[in-house]
Amino acid sequence: MEEVLAKGEILHIRGPVVFAENLKGAKIREVVLVGEERLIGEIVKVEGDVAVIQVYEPTGGLKPGEPVERTGEPLSAELGPGLLGSVLDGLGRPLEAVAEIAGGPFITRGIKVPTLPRNKKWTFKPVVKKGDTVEDGDVLGTVKEGAINHKIMVPPRTGRCRVAEIAGEGDYTVEDIIATLERAGRKIDLKMYHKWPVRYPRPFKEKLEPVELLLTGQRVIDTFFPIVKGGTSAVPGGFGTGKTVTLHQISKWADADVVIYVGCGERGNEMTDLLHTFPKLIDPKTGRPLLERSVLIANTSNMPVPAREASIFMGITYAEYFRDMGLNVVLTADSTSRWAEALRELSSRLEEIPSEKGYPAYLPDYIASFYERAGRVKVLGSRNEIGSVAIIGAVSPSGGDLNEPVTQHTMRYVGAFWALDKDLAFRRHFPSINWLRSFSKYASGLGEWWMKNSGEDMLSLRGEAMDILQRASGLEEVARVVGEAALSEENRLLLLEAELIREGYLVQNAYHEVDTFCSPKKQAKLLKTLIQFYREARPLLDYGVPVSRIQKLSSLGRLRRLKFVPEKEFDREVEETLRELKDELNRLVAEVS
Amino acid sequence: MALYGKVYRGIEQVKGPLVIMRGVPDASYEEVVRFYSDDGREWLGQVIEVGKEKTILQVLGDTEGLETKVMVKFTGSTLKLPVSDEILGRVFNGSGMPIDGGPPVRADDYRDINGAPINPVKRDYPDEFVETGISVIDGMLSLVRGQKLPLFSEAGLPHNMVAAQIARQAVVPGKSERFAIVFAAVGLKYDDILFFRRQFEEFGALSRSVLFLNLANDPVIERITTPRVALTAAEYLAFDLDMDVLVIVTDMTNYCEALRELSSAREEVPSRKGYPGYMYSDLASIYERAGRIKGKAGSITFMPILTMPGGDLTHPIPDLTGYITEGQIFLDLDLFNRGIYPPINALPSLSRLMKDGIGAGKTREDHKEVSDQLYASYSQGVKARELVKIVGEAGLSERERLYLEFAKRFEERLLSQGFKERRTIEETLDIAWDVLSMLPEGELTRISDGTIRKFHPKLRGEKTVIYEGV
Ligand SMILES: Nc1ncnc2c1ncn2[C@@H]1O[C@H](COP(=O)(O)OP(=O)(O)OP(=O)(O)O)[C@@H](O)[C@H]1O
Ligand SMILES: [Mg+2]
Repeated sequence: MEEVLAKGEILHIRGPVVFAENLKGAKIREVVLVGEERLIGEIVKVEGDVAVIQVYEPTGGLKPGEPVERTGEPLSAELGPGLLGSVLDGLGRPLEAVAEIAGGPFITRGIKVPTLPRNKKWTFKPVVKKGDTVEDGDVLGTVKEGAINHKIMVPPRTGRCRVAEIAGEGDYTVEDIIATLERAGRKIDLKMYHKWPVRYPRPFKEKLEPVELLLTGQRVIDTFFPIVKGGTSAVPGGFGTGKTVTLHQISKWADADVVIYVGCGERGNEMTDLLHTFPKLIDPKTGRPLLERSVLIANTSNMPVPAREASIFMGITYAEYFRDMGLNVVLTADSTSRWAEALRELSSRLEEIPSEKGYPAYLPDYIASFYERAGRVKVLGSRNEIGSVAIIGAVSPSGGDLNEPVTQHTMRYVGAFWALDKDLAFRRHFPSINWLRSFSKYASGLGEWWMKNSGEDMLSLRGEAMDILQRASGLEEVARVVGEAALSEENRLLLLEAELIREGYLVQNAYHEVDTFCSPKKQAKLLKTLIQFYREARPLLDYGVPVSRIQKLSSLGRLRRLKFVPEKEFDREVEETLRELKDELNRLVAEVS
Repeated sequence: MALYGKVYRGIEQVKGPLVIMRGVPDASYEEVVRFYSDDGREWLGQVIEVGKEKTILQVLGDTEGLETKVMVKFTGSTLKLPVSDEILGRVFNGSGMPIDGGPPVRADDYRDINGAPINPVKRDYPDEFVETGISVIDGMLSLVRGQKLPLFSEAGLPHNMVAAQIARQAVVPGKSERFAIVFAAVGLKYDDILFFRRQFEEFGALSRSVLFLNLANDPVIERITTPRVALTAAEYLAFDLDMDVLVIVTDMTNYCEALRELSSAREEVPSRKGYPGYMYSDLASIYERAGRIKGKAGSITFMPILTMPGGDLTHPIPDLTGYITEGQIFLDLDLFNRGIYPPINALPSLSRLMKDGIGAGKTREDHKEVSDQLYASYSQGVKARELVKIVGEAGLSERERLYLEFAKRFEERLLSQGFKERRTIEETLDIAWDVLSMLPEGELTRISDGTIRKFHPKLRGEKTVIYEGV
């Protein structure tokens, strides 16, 4: 029986916030259509007879007295074949379709278009038979979508059912009914897609400990501050410090099955950049264009602010959906600060009492509830499958000062923290991840992973390198006061080694053909080789060889550039470089003695 | 002025730039209103909040003399700018009215001054090098067609000269058409405006420019509309008339101050330093109008100028701007005081779109690496210079002394150049190599062997392996 939904009218307009009266039965979080143009909005508060609505489209031109319609539904994501490779706005509308309807390059209002294409046919292969019993999360059939085996599952909250009808192998649109389930005499028709309210986490059986490295191919991350499949990480940094490039690199190179990229309140051209490069880049694992494993959500800074808020929840819901298929998913969000600011703006329009820096008092819960949706889980269904969602969020602190509410609260909920550093960025030391202020709680658990994947004891190499970097930064403080010339030879060699690690290892050029990605094997061998230099050079000091001579060795330049050597030639180049180093060192010893 | 639309008499209260009225039937959000006093004076305003019981209007301009008995006309439309090719060569005020004594422009269309967001899938990625002829910009901060790249400056620095030099010299290699110029003055002194006008005149750009002027003594609130009106004109020239447009807006700091004034009049909860919490989004709605669009020949290259209060890069105005624009060109007081023109400090400067605009087939294959190396080496030099202040030159190591010398040579040969001097990108890169060649090859860690062998002045064309001793 359909509920007859009340129609109300606009009482008052204050920017993107609209107050409506006579909306009987309206519930908080319900989607409503506002004004003659039926703009999409969501009820954020109900005060007596007045519903307070946050409108996701520009409200210019709206008038009091215009109609407001209820939809009876919460803000939801459409989940099914057709998501991969799409570019959506913060409300899940495909931007190509929006452009077609708008008839031009500018986004107009009131456009309604579903996320999934309705006319496209997908080849469905059933995996259950009539009469089978299925439960939430069980796979009914599969659809090949690019490189992904898209599982059509019984939606959560359906309950244990008998398969009354199942479509045979063939081509169907997402609107075709592919299965009819039966439960206590009641029939439930299922299509290849279903909707899920974005503000509610999708259920799973059990949360598991994340244990496997999420390889990003970025040395400073994988080696020093790793993230795991199902883990969380934040990238805070002032403007121009490299947040977006880091997130782009991860979306390109991370060994995930699916990548959800949420551009939340950032630049239009950055989305265009992804659209430009993703179709051309080939995923080495599948041999298919990267775009086919990605969903891009573009709610740029000049689009209506409230939709920023929605875009993050849309994104995480898509991520959970792919996780439920037993896949490893990465969600990158650029920038969570813009999302928090959207919340602040709404809060101030609602005239709520502000807490720190004008943010509402519930900001911490809000941030926590987002990162809480990451994880490695045993998925629903009778199969024993594991899926994961890793979340990596950029944070844009005002003035680059990490002592602000969004950074501080985020820091408490994430497993890895990549603090970007303006001074490093100014020196073009990228990624500008500050090795003294960043952390990863996952690092210590990955020793075995590295052993298996690189054959090296990476944890101790990491420890050794970290020790050198830390001691060097202490020495640099001293050198800033007394000058480098006043340091002991021992300390100057340490500084030289630290510089070698910085230039030859930590600095990684995202735009260099070879350097853009570094395999675990190469990472381990490179780090080992660079540390080897220190071990070999250190004894020379006892012979009285001055560091200024060691500094000029040509093999040192070669060591610094080892990272640029392609994987295939790498082992040989390392061997030759080390040989040259030994020769040069021997010559130096011979000269002084 | 035709009196269509609805007219009301009776406002309740004038509060700073805000006017409070009771519920006005049929008033719409963001609609433009006009106020008329009995003695024939007129004001422009806009609906900023509207309800069945209460309507709040914001007056664009000085509210002096605006009394509760004025007539208020609701025009039924948002603020629009009449556009046609006749805007070229004309001068307007900050709300788009001609102030050059000429006739009103023919209106082929009326465009909402707020524009509409460009659909990201319809953007064309900016990747064509613009040669400005200024070495430090072309070599290390390359501008591309359709980029938004601000000048971060301080009061007293020659940002106007740098902007004018770019406007005069900028060309897209291989294109014969020059940039059309849309110039918006926001709260500027008359001298500054005269400077730009004279410059445009001198290099024959007046007929391909449009000027929007809000002077220091013009209404503060009109500063809110000035950049928007200018960009509306620019969008028309770029995307209707296929022109490459260079938009210069100066000084965005005055714009932000007007925004703050307005926000405090509305009694909003302020964010940092009294600026409103929505300033990021507000600035984005202006800056993001730059760019290129698929299937259109024109483009908007946007160069806003702002003066950083106290030279502070973390001040909300440069901070929020930097978070939106595609880099920044940083003018430095210290360089200026040392007599260097252009006093651009490359280190805190950045061009984010450079990577796709340069390299083989666009500028030169060694461009990227040379630029990276210049940054890395110059920053070492600057670091050494800092050190000298503390420990004196004697306290430096041999290597630090080398970098100190490098910084000096970099500033003398590459950075410094005349206001009328135009260097090609080839010339710039050759100068760069010349400066870099004072460093041992082992120090050139950002440059690959192949590039060194091909371009290093000492090794050019030679087959020597560079590792054989330094
Ligand atoms: N790994 C990298 N390799 C090479 N260049 C890099 C790298 N990371 C950052 N950069 C350089 O730094 C610039 C700024 O990076 P990015 O756009 O990611 O900054 P951001 O932190 O996202 O800034 P904002 O907060 O303003 O968006 C890039 O355009 C690029 O030139
Ligand atoms: Mg960014």
